Amino acid sequence: MSTQTGQSTRPGQEPIDVNDPQVSRFDIVREGARRDDIEIVHYEHQVAPGSKAERRLVRTVAGFFLLTGLAATAFLVIYIWWPWEYQPGRGGDKLFTPLLGVTLGVALLGIGFGILTWGKKLLPKEVSIQDRHEGAVSTEDRTITGQTMLYMADELGVRRRPLLGMSLLAGLVPVGAVAAAPLVGGLISDPHKNNQMMTTGFSPQEGQKIRLVREDGRPIRPADISAGGQITVFPGVEHGVSNRYADSPTLLIHLRDADAEDSRRNNEREGHGGYMWGNYAAFSKICTHAGCPASLYEQQTNRLLCPCHQSQFLITDNAKPIFGPASRRLPQLPIEVDAEGYFVAKSDYTEPVGPDFWERP
Amino acid sequence: MKRRKFDMAAAPGNSARAIDDRFQVATPLRRLLNKVFPDHWSFLLGEIALFSFVVLLLTGVFLTFFFEPTMTEVIYNGSYAPLRGTPMSAAYASSLDISFDVRGGLIMRQMHHWSALLFMAAIVVHMLRIFFTGAFRKPRETNWIIGSLLFWVGFLAGFTGYSLPDDGLSGTGLRIASAIMLSIPVIGSWLTSSIFDGEFPGTIIISRFFIAHVLLIPALLVALISVHLGLVFKQKHTQWPGPGRTNGNVVGERMFPRYAIKQGGFFMVVFGVIALMGGLFQINPIWLFGPYEAWVVSAASQPDWYVMFLDGSTRLMPDWQIDIPIGDGYVIPPLFWPTVVLPGILVMLSLFYPFMEARYLKDYRSHNLLQRPRDVPFRTALGAMAVTFYLILTLTGANDVIADKFHISLNAMTWAGRIGLLILPPLAYYVTYRICLGLQQHDREVLAHGVETGIIKRLPDGRFVEVHQPLSAPDEHGHTELEYAGWVVPKKMNRLGALGPAIRGFFYPIEKPAEAPVSPGHPPVEPRPEREEIGSGETRR
Repeated sequence: MSTQTGQSTRPGQEPIDVNDPQVSRFDIVREGARRDDIEIVHYEHQVAPGSKAERRLVRTVAGFFLLTGLAATAFLVIYIWWPWEYQPGRGGDKLFTPLLGVTLGVALLGIGFGILTWGKKLLPKEVSIQDRHEGAVSTEDRTITGQTMLYMADELGVRRRPLLGMSLLAGLVPVGAVAAAPLVGGLISDPHKNNQMMTTGFSPQEGQKIRLVREDGRPIRPADISAGGQITVFPGVEHGVSNRYADSPTLLIHLRDADAEDSRRNNEREGHGGYMWGNYAAFSKICTHAGCPASLYEQQTNRLLCPCHQSQFLITDNAKPIFGPASRRLPQLPIEVDAEGYFVAKSDYTEPVGPDFWERP
Repeated sequence: MKRRKFDMAAAPGNSARAIDDRFQVATPLRRLLNKVFPDHWSFLLGEIALFSFVVLLLTGVFLTFFFEPTMTEVIYNGSYAPLRGTPMSAAYASSLDISFDVRGGLIMRQMHHWSALLFMAAIVVHMLRIFFTGAFRKPRETNWIIGSLLFWVGFLAGFTGYSLPDDGLSGTGLRIASAIMLSIPVIGSWLTSSIFDGEFPGTIIISRFFIAHVLLIPALLVALISVHLGLVFKQKHTQWPGPGRTNGNVVGERMFPRYAIKQGGFFMVVFGVIALMGGLFQINPIWLFGPYEAWVVSAASQPDWYVMFLDGSTRLMPDWQIDIPIGDGYVIPPLFWPTVVLPGILVMLSLFYPFMEARYLKDYRSHNLLQRPRDVPFRTALGAMAVTFYLILTLTGANDVIADKFHISLNAMTWAGRIGLLILPPLAYYVTYRICLGLQQHDREVLAHGVETGIIKRLPDGRFVEVHQPLSAPDEHGHTELEYAGWVVPKKMNRLGALGPAIRGFFYPIEKPAEAPVSPGHPPVEPRPEREEIGSGETRR
């Protein structure tokens, strides 16, 4: 059925009798559309019913659906029987997820392309025009609605009885605050509790200086690091090597003689004399920019690079920032060696560790 | 008593009548079935976002059955041998379990992550389409605002989502997020401390992010998406200009059945592609990153792509620290500007753009017809400028990887980004503006003089000229000039149905000449009854 509508079927035409058995179903559809201000102006079968092209398309669509069935079955078979448990090394289990993906993907694409072919190729093409009816709301309607709402205000009489409005407001504001109070009160937490922003795990406990320990908890002797080497150290306290002391990881560096000389001189200048022990210096590993561990140490240039935003710090000059977005030097940990020959922190860091904040002194 | 016979054939009609008696749905249902939608491939971009959101919900619900959102320390004892015996948070351990010990868990995780990336990508591309075609103009400003908010809420959904596994990479991201909050003047430390319940990382942030990620943010997304779609439905879709299309009508297809079927098929295709990606392409292999430890990071730690522009802006920011010498002294760290102020400006700019443009153009009418980007050069150029800005920041987010792979100095990359960010966007504006004008001019040329045929004619005086095919029959003055209609101007002869028939069919030719391509929405051009191939003397039927 190909219908090309001309001028004769524009709106204004007599509505048809939908109960008339003579009227075709399409005519009823078109009548319905017209009642919604839609004109079907072009309606055309893309393939002739019963034609070779139609049969071919039907076969294609059916093929897609059958492919879906096949792939979905394969998915189930693989899901149930494929050896999926993780084994070290190469093995069939590494194929489990890819196979699931391929079978599921093919199954879904099969439905998708099947439906698309059905809709795009087998269904008649049409062009319909619908009116937008913008500005259909008359100004009169707007006036009526506006007046109705104003009348509601009149009925409530807020203007005439101002006490009502005031008291309602006075009542509602505290109620709103009540709603917010538990949320704010429950969540709020003082950032300066126990002076936590200024202290780290290296702060001496009961007069006892804190040892520098490795990741496995063993203390460190100066001989453990060769010249030019560096090691990440932690406070030798309980859970010192964990995220509970996320601001404490420190880089202990054994500088070569010439660099150590520079470093010491620059330390003196900043009033940090005695922070180093011999050729050893310890700097906070937590970047003063965004808190990543600044962990890439270039031995030749004594630069420390933070891999997150590429701030670079010059270790021999109090770890001051020399490139990138960081604006503050890495705090230095004053260190010495205790009676048993292990590194300890002389005191806690003398500057706040980690990313900068408003009230940092 | 007589047994009533059940008439099978009348059952649907009877039940339909029964339903309509009670709910009076016949008229609204007819309206819904009949609603006309205009069709164009670019209108499908937003739907990719919608469909990937559905996939996100489906796979996300699956993941919640197995994920344990706590930071309690456990010793891993699952299938993945390299990490066995490692202390880690329960969140990370359960994420590993989803990857290795839940049958089919890994594909669900990867599909979830891929559809999240696709969701954000589709939002961005959809937004560009809306912007460059002027679809945000009155009466659709509200929907533009909702769409912009959807990007930022999606951004939050993505960030809280990829922070949940508590692996080495996401923990670093969380660390940076805490530093960003810390950098806010006056309230920074209080805000951070309240969100993390103390110093970073605390023990509760994963649980809080979890409830935000699975309840609060999805609820907000669902609400925004519903209003977004509702408004598209209520205000009716925009359409391209074309034959029969006016500002006051919609030309297209009725929603049912063909339009709806195509939508359904498209959903399945999007779903299928996500399944293929989830199965075949590894994403976020958390088992390689290890648990989050505050002292471990590796080079090339990049966030998901939609966060990378912020990473980039952070990298480019110079070390400008503002000291306020009052009392003990106060600081505004440089981190504050690229990560709090810049996104704030971007949000505001995008939210208010429709109103700023309307004010600038003094155009307060309603527009339902789209504009071709070339027809509004300043807007297209502004868009190109914004895209350039965004791309530079995104690329800079990976500048360490680029420096590494192409053996470029890292510092040079940073400086290139800083300078490029200032110079390239204005350059993009200028170039785009010129291109738009050039395209406009060419459109007018073709309308005035016709299509280039590629046929060179020699004039009696020896000159060579190209023959042009005018687009309309000459009027009484012999002019063939046409008005520009805001729509594609045919610029090649085969757009006019010239040249020989293209041969269709894969293995053997289908004996039917191809239809001349038409824009959807107007009847196909009838081919001439008999057509000759230019060049050969042989006639083909």
